[in-house]
Amino acid sequence: MTTGTSSLPPEGVRRRFLAALYRRTPAQLLILLAPPIGWFGAVYLGSLAILLLSAFWYLNPITSAVVHDFSLSNFQQLVSDPVNRTIVLRTVVIAATVTIADMALAFPIAYFMARVASPRFRSILFMAVLLPLWSNYLVRVFAWRIILAQGGPLDGLLGVVGLKGPGFSDVSTWLVFTYLWLPYMILPVYAGFERIPGSLFEASADLGGRAATTFRRVVLPLVLPAVAAGSIFTFSLTLGDYITPELVAKNQFLGTVIYENQGVANNVPFAATFAIVPIGIMAIYLLLARRLGAFNAL
Amino acid sequence: MAIPPLSDLPADAGSLDRATPAAASAVRLEGVRKRYGDVEAVAGIDLDVADGEFFSMLGPSGSGKTTTLRMIAGFELPTAGRILLNGEDVSNKAPFERDVNTVFQDYALFPHMNVGENVAYGLVIRKVPGEERRRRVADALRMVRLDGFDQRRPSHLSGGQRQRVALARALVNRPRVLLLDEPLGALDLKLREEMQIELKAIQHAVGITFIYVTHDQEEALTMSDRIAVFNQGLIEQVGSPAEVYERPATAFVAGFVGTSNLLQGDAAERVFGTAGTFTVRPEKIRLAEPGAAVAADEISVDGRIREVVYLGSETRYYVALDAGSELVVTQQNLVTSSMEALAAEGRPARLIWKRQHGLPINA
Repeated sequence: MTTGTSSLPPEGVRRRFLAALYRRTPAQLLILLAPPIGWFGAVYLGSLAILLLSAFWYLNPITSAVVHDFSLSNFQQLVSDPVNRTIVLRTVVIAATVTIADMALAFPIAYFMARVASPRFRSILFMAVLLPLWSNYLVRVFAWRIILAQGGPLDGLLGVVGLKGPGFSDVSTWLVFTYLWLPYMILPVYAGFERIPGSLFEASADLGGRAATTFRRVVLPLVLPAVAAGSIFTFSLTLGDYITPELVAKNQFLGTVIYENQGVANNVPFAATFAIVPIGIMAIYLLLARRLGAFNAL
Repeated sequence: MAIPPLSDLPADAGSLDRATPAAASAVRLEGVRKRYGDVEAVAGIDLDVADGEFFSMLGPSGSGKTTTLRMIAGFELPTAGRILLNGEDVSNKAPFERDVNTVFQDYALFPHMNVGENVAYGLVIRKVPGEERRRRVADALRMVRLDGFDQRRPSHLSGGQRQRVALARALVNRPRVLLLDEPLGALDLKLREEMQIELKAIQHAVGITFIYVTHDQEEALTMSDRIAVFNQGLIEQVGSPAEVYERPATAFVAGFVGTSNLLQGDAAERVFGTAGTFTVRPEKIRLAEPGAAVAADEISVDGRIREVVYLGSETRYYVALDAGSELVVTQQNLVTSSMEALAAEGRPARLIWKRQHGLPINA
């Protein structure tokens, strides 16, 4: 090159470094991913490791100080005490029923938003679904406390037909959780419906399929991964929450037990042991969800 | 690619019972209109498609051809008029109540089913017994030369293969009428030309009425028994490929099917001696030296070659006429080299054609 006005930067360390980097994709990736991997590794996985480790420690019965020694006593206590089993079972049942209720509610809403509503009405519905997420979670649960309170609005409303509200119970916990996590189910299911090309509906009708057949053979299988994706949110959020049961339930849940052990009872090792339970349940749940293709739908 | 021999086709495919009297058309449209708000997509169409015919609906995008096809399929209901299939009024029936099947432009294969399940879909819904179903699916896949592909997923197929699956999925139901909505639009040129020949062969073998929507005039000319040329929601002309090409009824047809070579107004009067609009197909015109002899049954006009486009097998000349207006002339490059062809630019020339090739048309 003999042209004096080259647009290339002058030869130098910086340029040679950048050129070398351009040719080496692994090096690029390393530089790009080092900060998030570092954070993820140290802060997230590190604290998780400490949590798992502390599950094997125990309290000195006299001084109540944490003994940094390996022991399975927490696990023995977890399994042998029938109260713990009841709590785990109750939490899982509530998480499962919340998930089922949210599926049943989200399905028609998401279908309507994706395939029936006009673009204008769709944005209005989107606002209605997302708006609750803008307000504080605690405020919304407190609102439910007022609704559910004895002699409150729900009692009054049901009193008209001679019924009584659920008060503060497992049913009310289920009700509030179903309300809280509904947007997390609607959004992925909406995206699932949106992704189905309109021509598939027409092709099914063209080949003789009535609405019910089309739904069962084409729509449902295609939207199932999205439903599974949504259920990961509803299930795991219910499993880990301790504020809602604290406010609207009488019974104990997984979250409340962990909270009380590390906050009130100051038994951090036992709280850690209990925390492994939802982690284990979620691991099984995610394996099942992956089989349904939920991760391709996220 | 070879066309599969007839013995490979389903044994009963060619002899589908056609109990209906010959009088009833396979498809009949009577004053069909479709309005979307203020826009009239289809503005009154009458059409008769005979049984076993390969019928093309040709037109630019927005001309109403796809809307018409979708009304025959039942995806859209006409605002006015009647649609009859084999003499039966189906104007307001649902798609699953009509004995027609569609090959979609985007193929619309079910992504969660493999090829075999896709093809079997219509048979499963109609509760065709397992044994017969398997045989018919295998036959249909053999017909589109995809035997052995039944376990594959649509996402693992090429565009041309998906196209064949879509065709098999529709044909396996043995509909009275097969509707094809620009089915070759997404394929590259070579594959498209192969599929044109193959589609025609399959149609010939199964004897089902094909209604084929396309904006590609060459495709329509190659494959069709008859063509309807659509423009702005109306049919401009219906006829065989030769009729539509050689005797275009309107200026629009002349321009859309082939190259527009119109002479009108003063130029037409000077060349043809009468007022009106005339068209001459570019390949009917002979490019000669100025002052070349003209026979008694020929018409000649002088001009200057404005531009030369070399196309390999032929050359296209744009000739500005002394009488005003411009004509396009194509000449086979039988002995002409590209150098010779391109050197003609700017030279005066005489254009000569047989009198009967200058066609008067309704502007």
